[in-house]
Amino acid sequence: MTQQSKKFWEGVRAEIPLLIGVFPFGMIYGALALNAGLPALAAQLMSSIVFAGSAQFITTQLVRESTPELIIVLTIAVVNLRHMLYSASLAPRLASLSTRWKALLSYLLTDEAYAPTIIHYEKEGLTPYSHWFLLGTGLTLWITWQVSTALGIFLGAAIPEEWSLDFALPLTFIAMLIPVLKNRPAIAAAVSAGIVALIAYSLPYRLGLILAALVGIAIGTFLEESQ
Amino acid sequence: MNIWLVLLLGGLITFGIRFSLIYLFGRVEFPETMRKALHYVPPAVLSALIFPELFIREGALTLSLDNHRMIAGLIAILVAWFSKNTLITILAGMAALFLLQFFL
Repeated sequence: MTQQSKKFWEGVRAEIPLLIGVFPFGMIYGALALNAGLPALAAQLMSSIVFAGSAQFITTQLVRESTPELIIVLTIAVVNLRHMLYSASLAPRLASLSTRWKALLSYLLTDEAYAPTIIHYEKEGLTPYSHWFLLGTGLTLWITWQVSTALGIFLGAAIPEEWSLDFALPLTFIAMLIPVLKNRPAIAAAVSAGIVALIAYSLPYRLGLILAALVGIAIGTFLEESQ
Repeated sequence: MNIWLVLLLGGLITFGIRFSLIYLFGRVEFPETMRKALHYVPPAVLSALIFPELFIREGALTLSLDNHRMIAGLIAILVAWFSKNTLITILAGMAALFLLQFFL
């Protein structure tokens, strides 16, 4: 086996435990997107074009509420800004690669690909072929995400309206929120954003969401800086 | 609503963010405050989405016990806190809403 394929398969193997959580998540996304009124093709293409779990769930919610396109795109941008941290953290490790490699690996750079990759880099250090590891994790996740979305769309069509399936969306957000409440600034960011979202609920174009997010982010950052 | 426009722009922006610093490495400095602020994006955005779903019914703030989604959501928060498990949280919240709607 070449060094490249050895690294690639190491990445694939490192990704497998994460797929247990990703697969049902992809299925839930597919079912909810269809339930929110997205055409099946759009729901599937969002998984391949945007390829970002939380942003896709949030887009689904906003489409359900007939939010203007611009606000949805802005929200996707805010939600995915955290990937800039991953981009910053991997940048020195990928610096020697061609632009084409950089672009491919950036496209595949999700939470679930980043996490095992950065652990690998920290353990093994930088080797000439370590970017193949990231390709392995990223591609494994990509394929799983496409397949699970398709299955969710397929099954979602069979779920009756009375099941209140739409409530699974805020529940998904709750499941994502609780683990990030690790310290006081994070809790303050969440509570303040939530309260502003309630107060500003009736603002047009769902601007309340953006306002609430900005207030929460500002309060969290301020509290961390003043600690 | 033009969903295709959302897909195209959303995809481009997401890729642009992921590519940004990998591409610009060595050419820009990433400000420390920005780095800190990014950690608060998930809690802020997620709860800005959750709160109205739980506490606003038919356009008005509804903190009464008849608000089944509020009760089911609070139960889900407790379950999430102790289980730290996405699927268990969703199932518990859906089960709670279903039971509340069925029996009350």
